[in-house]
Amino acid sequence: MTERPHLAVVGAGPAGLAAALAAAARGVRVTLLDAAEQAGGQFYRRPAAALGARRPQALHHQWRVWERLRDGLDRQLSTGHVRHLPDHHVWCVDRTDRRDRTDGTDHPVDTGVNRGGAPGGVFAVHALRGPLQEEGVTVRADAVLLATGGYERVLPFPGWTLPGVVTAGGAQAMLKGGLVLPGRTVVVAGTGPLLLPVACGLAAAGARVAALVESAGPKALPRHARALAAQPGKLAEGALYAGKLLRHGVRPLTRHTVVEAHGTDRLTAVTVAALDRDGGLVPGSARRIPCDALAVGHGMLPHTDLAETLGCALSGTDVRVDDEQRTDVPGVWAAGEATGIGGAALALAEGHIAGRPVAARLHGTLPDPRRWAGAARARGRLREFSAALDALYAPPAGWADRITDGTVVCRCEEVTAGQVRTSVDVLGAGDPRTVKLLTRAGMGWCQGRMCGPAVAGLSGCPATPGRRPFARPVPLGVLARLPEDEPG
Amino acid sequence: MNPRELARAAPGAAFTLTFDGGPVTALPGQTVAAALWAAGVTSWRSTRGTGRPRGVFCGIGVCFDCLVTVNDRPNQRACLVPVRPGDVIRTQEGTGRDDD
Ligand SMILES: Cc1cc2nc3c(=O)[nH]c(=O)nc-3n(C[C@H](O)[C@H](O)[C@H](O)COP(=O)(O)OP(=O)(O)OC[C@H]3O[C@@H](n4cnc5c(N)ncnc54)[C@H](O)[C@@H]3O)c2cc1C
Ligand code: FES
Repeated sequence: MTERPHLAVVGAGPAGLAAALAAAARGVRVTLLDAAEQAGGQFYRRPAAALGARRPQALHHQWRVWERLRDGLDRQLSTGHVRHLPDHHVWCVDRTDRRDRTDGTDHPVDTGVNRGGAPGGVFAVHALRGPLQEEGVTVRADAVLLATGGYERVLPFPGWTLPGVVTAGGAQAMLKGGLVLPGRTVVVAGTGPLLLPVACGLAAAGARVAALVESAGPKALPRHARALAAQPGKLAEGALYAGKLLRHGVRPLTRHTVVEAHGTDRLTAVTVAALDRDGGLVPGSARRIPCDALAVGHGMLPHTDLAETLGCALSGTDVRVDDEQRTDVPGVWAAGEATGIGGAALALAEGHIAGRPVAARLHGTLPDPRRWAGAARARGRLREFSAALDALYAPPAGWADRITDGTVVCRCEEVTAGQVRTSVDVLGAGDPRTVKLLTRAGMGWCQGRMCGPAVAGLSGCPATPGRRPFARPVPLGVLARLPEDEPG
Repeated sequence: MNPRELARAAPGAAFTLTFDGGPVTALPGQTVAAALWAAGVTSWRSTRGTGRPRGVFCGIGVCFDCLVTVNDRPNQRACLVPVRPGDVIRTQEGTGRDDD
């Protein structure tokens, strides 16, 4: 009997779902692992089933796209070609060159994925099961697709550790998933295209959005006009949000920034000020806005831990992929925000593409790029578009100078900006790693995910990849016991 | 308008849990963080160094700011762990190990 080759997809967001469906439709058996209770990723996060939401689409746009993905997933689940393992937190993926077969023999397996390349590996995907993440489980597969998405970057400012200050995406995630608001009066601030949908979502759900504060200025637009104009749909989406906000009485303050969050034990107000051309504050422009929540973000960063432990090359902060969405490690593909931040449409296109060559190579044939030429063109345009957005929404030049010495930079280890500066100016640290060794910034629970960009900005050196051995904290008991294979 | 009205939610029966000894009403499906937010609570941890209050920051399990003690188990991420009837939630002080 010839067994269908087996692909493990980590992440059930737009990228992972599109890839799983494309591969399954081409004769691949897919196991889709995701930490969340339901498929959908960040973009299509929906209220927990027990909340009984009868109109979840009210919290979303492009619901039709989701319906198509969901129907496709349901079909593939019922045929058994896709298996979805929700509540599975993958902490590590490793390559083994042999696979223990159920007949007890140990066959080297030709994954067919690296014809002409180095001998193939077989992958062990190690996950922690359940919301408490106590139980270890391992899924073995012939190839792996990493569609782990990203998380929000927030650059520090005085007061950013106060309860009531949350990431913009976090506010959105809590709203979409738990149907709750961070407060009654919210300021949405920072920079990037995510701020608009977040402000709209919060306003629609009944929060008073006291201000939407965007540090980028409309003047920068013309410089990127060509790449932006190539995506009229995306621009229209932005305009749609802006229109909705106006109807809620919110007029975005562009070229403004949050200078400080105020409060003793929780947030009570923020001070915002206008920015000049060089990223400095316009004297006399500061004003205080009372609020009980601040949703703040400065763009996103990709999740690359699993790729890094597999040894995949990065380019900058992104997992590097070729036209097929292949990483440089044979048998490992990546798609979506993990390969570079670009939004849900790009994630979909990349996943859609990736599933095809994965299937071809797992069947031992050469993939034919003509089969995904349309998606490849869309991917190209969307990548150009997001590069233009990146330039447009870069954090204001003066952000690092405005962090006072007393401001906590590493939230886990409570390391202040003053300590980071001392490690550079007095102790001579020249890279984030040395800063970490001297100050403990980045040594805490989150392993530098939150403070990485701030430490890099303060020390004036480029952010270096984190090199974290595990993508999730692993109970010692799980490490000690070799986890059991998930019954297939 | 509130989020539940917006999504026309018809959740199962609400239940009670305790937060720092007081009763909190929660809905099935909510995470500990969502239940506490709904109750108007935004902090449930005090930091190891300076004892400062913290609650949700990233909302998706990445930042570990929302650590909390649930049924005597410290270091649970409130944004990921679902509530169950009768849960005893406590503000986590320091490393959480002092609770042992
Ligand atoms: C908190 C948050 C909120 C956002 N809200 C919006 C929004 O409202 N509108 C918008 O346009 N864009 C939003 N975005 C951007 C959004 O992430 C992308 O546009 C889109 O979802 C990317 O798709 P993806 O498939 O690449 O990744 P995602 O949708 O992020 O999916 C990645 C999936 O991988 C899973 N995962 C990651 N690591 C692991 C692991 N180790 N083990 C198991 N599972 C894992 C995650 O649980 C997640 O489901 C948000 C981003 C974040 C971080
Ligand atoms: S809020 Fe960041 S881990 Fe829970």
